[in-house]
Amino acid sequence: MLIGSKKMSSYYNRHSHTENYQLVLMFLPVLLCLLLFNYGPMYGLVIAFKDYQFLKGIENSPWIGLKNFRDLLSAPSFKEVFRNTIVISLLKLMVGFPAPIILALLLNEIQNKGYKKLVQTISYLPHFLSWVVLGGLFRQVLSPSGGLVNEIIQMFGGKPIYFLADPNHFLGMLVITDVWKEAGWGTIIYLAAITSINPELYESAAIDGAGRFQKMWFITLPDIFPVIVMLFILSMGNIVNAGFDQIFNLYNPAVYQVSDIIDTYVYRKGLVGMRYSYGSAAGLFKNVISFMLVFITNMIVKKNSDNSIW
Amino acid sequence: MDTSIKMNRGDIIFNIFNYTFLSLLCLTILLPFIYLLAESFDRIGNIKATGIYLWPQEFTIDNYLAIAQNTYIWKGYLNTVIRTVVGTILAVIVTAMGAYALAQKCFPHRTFWTLFVVFTMFFSGGIIPTYLWIDRLHLIDNRLVLILPYLVNAYNLVLIRNFFQQIPAELQESARIDGASEYTILFKIILPVSKPIIATIALWLAVGHWNAWFDCLLYIKDTNKYVLQVILQRIILQGTEQMMQSGGLIEGIYESRPEVIKAACIFFTMLPILCVYPFIQKYFVKGIFIGSIKG
Repeated sequence: MLIGSKKMSSYYNRHSHTENYQLVLMFLPVLLCLLLFNYGPMYGLVIAFKDYQFLKGIENSPWIGLKNFRDLLSAPSFKEVFRNTIVISLLKLMVGFPAPIILALLLNEIQNKGYKKLVQTISYLPHFLSWVVLGGLFRQVLSPSGGLVNEIIQMFGGKPIYFLADPNHFLGMLVITDVWKEAGWGTIIYLAAITSINPELYESAAIDGAGRFQKMWFITLPDIFPVIVMLFILSMGNIVNAGFDQIFNLYNPAVYQVSDIIDTYVYRKGLVGMRYSYGSAAGLFKNVISFMLVFITNMIVKKNSDNSIW
Repeated sequence: MDTSIKMNRGDIIFNIFNYTFLSLLCLTILLPFIYLLAESFDRIGNIKATGIYLWPQEFTIDNYLAIAQNTYIWKGYLNTVIRTVVGTILAVIVTAMGAYALAQKCFPHRTFWTLFVVFTMFFSGGIIPTYLWIDRLHLIDNRLVLILPYLVNAYNLVLIRNFFQQIPAELQESARIDGASEYTILFKIILPVSKPIIATIALWLAVGHWNAWFDCLLYIKDTNKYVLQVILQRIILQGTEQMMQSGGLIEGIYESRPEVIKAACIFFTMLPILCVYPFIQKYFVKGIFIGSIKG
């Protein structure tokens, strides 16, 4: 980036001071908002290194260094929560990452434009609904008494399953409903990449006798590989998140042992339970891990190809 | 694109599979909604357990009437509409101004301020420090807390800035020579040309505001100021563990048929998005294109 370099400063001096003054004024609201609502809370992170006491406030609470983090890492409840976060994220990644890619490839093969649009319109819909709404929806649909899914199971002679309260089934439901919500929407970016592939590549492949799947494997996939890699790197950073919105609206004490993730743990123990310092330490821990994951993944990718984000 | 029109047997089989598979997928998306819709129009719900329930057993609109009579639902709607409209408009104005400033090569210390903005995409205070900070700003239980923190979103700002940078500089230069102020340039020249990206960002913001619930749950104590999603959440989670944590219950409109009331309530809150969705869908799709190509 040459923007701040010496070359530009002569350009910068060419403009009048009134223009600069007006631009600065325009930027001021942004500056204020970021300071107040983004950087301000970051300052509050110091309490992760303190023993926050409500009456003393942030500044006067005593420093205790890394004690909160030591407590965190040795607490069995946090270890369980951390494990759940990783497990859920990995499961969602394994199913949810390829799903939109496969769906995009399949959609790309549909010749009928009208049908394609219909499928896309329907599949995008769940993305626009909140997990409050969808949580309510799935609680009804997955209900053990009269719920749609269990009705179908019983029609085939099975016994009803209490999906949302059974630790053995809850994770499966989390992954399936998450993919249900986001797979359709995820196809957009892949379809955008696919449409920019040079059609001549397909034509020459057809002349050489390539079949449909061979075209997919040797032309389409390699061409959208950069997009796949970029999205993969970004999802690495998201591993520590595991979907708070969804889990909060679907979980219950019966499945805490498998579904309690870092964020829900921080909410219940740290915020509602008022263990502010402890909860902040957990949050900071999460942020650092996320950052490291993105950084490391990006580095690995950079070493092996030119596809990295930076 | 496959330009040959000859189809062999393998192609036909694949097509049959593909169309069937995609149709089944669409069905899995539509069925839950149909089920819920049926439930919402039913008097008591699925009690006969015969086959798949896709049509109410005892049709009634009483559930919807009961909801329409609940004042909290309407207050929730009002609060949501307020935050969506005000929040979106203000955010677009503030973000566009900042993006315009950062897009100008002559902006002082431009690299530093760009980094200042971008850094917030990667790092944040977290739930608890943010809560304590909001408390410090005395914004707890204040409607503004649902609007102000979202005025600047780094990702949106960068997207708009990139778009502005693609606009020919001559447009701005000639206006400057004519003596126009930067504000005039932004609002009278740049913005009209930037309708695609502004529309996309505005819609993203609007949907975000409409669906937001966690901030209201954390920061708002007065049930009169609750947004629609949180009212809905209270009704859905009534009687469960989460309810105990969030404290308090809304006056029951349950009587003896919680399931169908919940179903009707969910649909009641979904309706605006469902109605608007077909029209706004294409903007969102375009937005991803813009974001992925230039981002």
